Amino acid sequence: MKKASVIMIIGSLLLLGLFKFPLWDIELGAPQYPDPLGMSIYIQGIEGAEEFDLQNIDGLNHYIGMKTIPKAEEMWEFTVFPKVIIGMVLLGVIIGVLGYFNKVNYKYFMGWFVLMSILGIMGMYDFNNWLIDYGTNLDPNAIIKVTNPDGTPMSYKPPLFGYQKLLNFDVTSLPDLGGYLLFLGMSLTLVAFWLGRRASLKKTT
Amino acid sequence: MKKLITSTFAVVAVLFAFTSCNNSDNSSKSGALSSNNAEKVYVAPGEHDSHYAFLSGGYSGNLTVYGLPSGRMFKEIPVFSQFPTSGYGYSEETKPMLNTSHGFIPWGDAHHPDISQTNGEVDGRFVFINENNTPRIAKIDLKTFETTEIIEVPNSAGNHSSSYVTENTEYVVAGTRFSVPIPQRDMPIKEYKGNFQGALSFISVAPETGNMDIKFQVLMPGFNYDLSHPGRGKSHGWFFFTTYNTEEANTLLEVNASQNDKDFIAAINWKKIEEYVNNGGGTMMPANYAHNVYDEVTHTATSTMKKEVRVVNPSEVPGAVYFIPTPKSPHGCDVDPTGEYIVGNGKLSANLTVHSFTKMLDAIKNEKFAGEAYGIPILNFEDVLAGVVEQPGLGPLHTEFDGKGNAYTTFFISSEVVKWKLGTWEVIDRKPTYYSPGHLAIPGGNSGKPFGKYMFVMNKITKDRYLPVGPELEHSAQLYDISGDKMELLLDFPTHGEPHYAAAIPASIIKDQSQKIYKLADNKHPYAAKSDADTKVIRNGNEVHIQMTTIRSHFSPDNIEGIKVGDKVFFHITNLEQDFDVPHGFAMIGQNNSGLLVMPGQTKTSVWEPKEVGVWPFYCTDFCSALHQEMQGYVRVSAEDSDTPIKWSLGEDIE
Repeated sequence: MKKASVIMIIGSLLLLGLFKFPLWDIELGAPQYPDPLGMSIYIQGIEGAEEFDLQNIDGLNHYIGMKTIPKAEEMWEFTVFPKVIIGMVLLGVIIGVLGYFNKVNYKYFMGWFVLMSILGIMGMYDFNNWLIDYGTNLDPNAIIKVTNPDGTPMSYKPPLFGYQKLLNFDVTSLPDLGGYLLFLGMSLTLVAFWLGRRASLKKTT
Repeated sequence: MKKLITSTFAVVAVLFAFTSCNNSDNSSKSGALSSNNAEKVYVAPGEHDSHYAFLSGGYSGNLTVYGLPSGRMFKEIPVFSQFPTSGYGYSEETKPMLNTSHGFIPWGDAHHPDISQTNGEVDGRFVFINENNTPRIAKIDLKTFETTEIIEVPNSAGNHSSSYVTENTEYVVAGTRFSVPIPQRDMPIKEYKGNFQGALSFISVAPETGNMDIKFQVLMPGFNYDLSHPGRGKSHGWFFFTTYNTEEANTLLEVNASQNDKDFIAAINWKKIEEYVNNGGGTMMPANYAHNVYDEVTHTATSTMKKEVRVVNPSEVPGAVYFIPTPKSPHGCDVDPTGEYIVGNGKLSANLTVHSFTKMLDAIKNEKFAGEAYGIPILNFEDVLAGVVEQPGLGPLHTEFDGKGNAYTTFFISSEVVKWKLGTWEVIDRKPTYYSPGHLAIPGGNSGKPFGKYMFVMNKITKDRYLPVGPELEHSAQLYDISGDKMELLLDFPTHGEPHYAAAIPASIIKDQSQKIYKLADNKHPYAAKSDADTKVIRNGNEVHIQMTTIRSHFSPDNIEGIKVGDKVFFHITNLEQDFDVPHGFAMIGQNNSGLLVMPGQTKTSVWEPKEVGVWPFYCTDFCSALHQEMQGYVRVSAEDSDTPIKWSLGEDIE
């Protein structure tokens, strides 16, 4: 159980990587952009991959009537997400420490994982909703209006995960280091659960 | 009989076998070789050349940037000539760059680019280049590939033995080809001899900023100082200049300046003179010369007239200047990478003379002088001679080195480039050039560390090398592979203007420092409008200043009223883009000026003096975006006595 608890603590602490590294990356390449434009989504806000990328993405998007990329203060998510992450890290560490001293059992590890998964799915859902709004809620007076074959306006929603072609742009959306650390951290808490469970089964047999 | 027939058949068969064998050998060999050469210069679409080459534009006044080995031109950098393409020399910001003591000069004759050095190696910070006609030295910054400084050289005329840098870019040196009265005065031309002087200028380069300042001028006898090179390695601290017209003729020089069997190479110990000057030596003499500096923060050049220059008479500094006799009106003066050998390319000589720096020092130490000229000791030719390359060709002009002990000399008259060995003086290879070469260049050529893979020759005569285009032709250049024992001609490419010298450098040294945009936040131009909110139109008497912005795909403002006939209208255009390679242009109908090309983050100003009432359009001249054609606007010009108020708008009507 000691080993499992240490892994639980490490796993939770890995979430702190989100404060330093981006959760997600959206990369926009085009014939005219051999060096793709990019936006990095951090839990505290969105930043350009290069200094002027956000400004240049906004500049291009004005042709199709997209809203500008929100500043940190324009979305409640960027103040709430960091608090949620800090809370989950603290909770995970506390559970780990209590587990180390056998004050709680391994089931708490699974509890933490389930809670984190629910929060993560909610976050993804929220993120996807923003992408939908960003890609479809367009200025009716946009310079360029593209419609689907059925006459409905084309959506410029970037993919939540993976690749999509949007007009001349190749858009790729993938987790970045912060995101990978999050997944790794969560996986470690699962490992902690299994180890804890095995240790407890051994004890009882 | 049958026997005879069989043996004949046998012989024929054997012969056939031989010839066919030979044939196949030949064809496969030449085929393989030529395709090999094509591969050596082929840079696939989207890939980059391995070297930059900076070719002087000669009478175009500019500097062109080429890639090697492809021979593709990437850019023409305006230096001494107005350049309507970008508005250089036409915009209010850049007009001061072309100011001189003679006023604004729209043109120049650019000759010898040289790349800055650190520890005897090219460092890729700056390119310096001289203007021959109205003596000036320019500095081009290799972050922006733009001219950022020009200094006029007083007391000089025909600024030709220039602009070579010392091994730590302590100095960029500018020598005069024509000697003149110093100071200039009204006197009979026939009194040239003994009265005219030649100024050799040592322009210091500030280590951090690269700012140029004339530290001192050495006032030499009235010869013609043709070309020069710095000492390096063991000879660092010295500078060598070829001379012709030591006869001091002032008319029909082609005959009268070719009488002496030997002219001189002047050896100048600049470290010694520098020390003398640092201790207060020399004389400040009145002068008048322009120093023009382009500020990348204000995007504006300023021209300052300097009023004095420090001159040094060689006789004041004993042991600082010597003459080395060199046969037959030497042209190029080239120093090998070790600094030991000084090649005097006697252009009327059949042989190539090479002097030894070590022997020169010995002769000076032992005071073995053949005489003196104007108080300057003349060394004995034989005492200093390192060797002679016998009969290498006709009309040697310039020599470069590959860093592997070989030298390459161009021969104007026999139209060839000859490879020879330093030390043994034997000719190793010769290849024709097309036609009549001037300079040649090897990347890192004027340094202690040449990159001896490519060599190119810039020719003076083109004739039939390309498709005919009437009487006036661009010059041809040929690229050779010099990595093997024998030189191999790889490529023939046209150049722009008349390239004299060229400086080349491995691309890896500079390509990553090349700037993509100017940061708008850093723009301190007094008339910059950094956002739509800053745009305005202000009348000040009959001057109207329009602070305008550009961004894909509109001008702001794009409707302007209240301009009157007789006004002087300043369009101050700020390009708000911060994206690589998104310039916007500006052109106004009927404007007696060039258009502008404004880089992202930059502000440029164009003056328009409307002469007729009406509503006159302006537009973006650079196809900036899908809606480039829509990027246009109107200026309403009213009569001089009208009371149309100054108003401007974007996206709504002026009420």
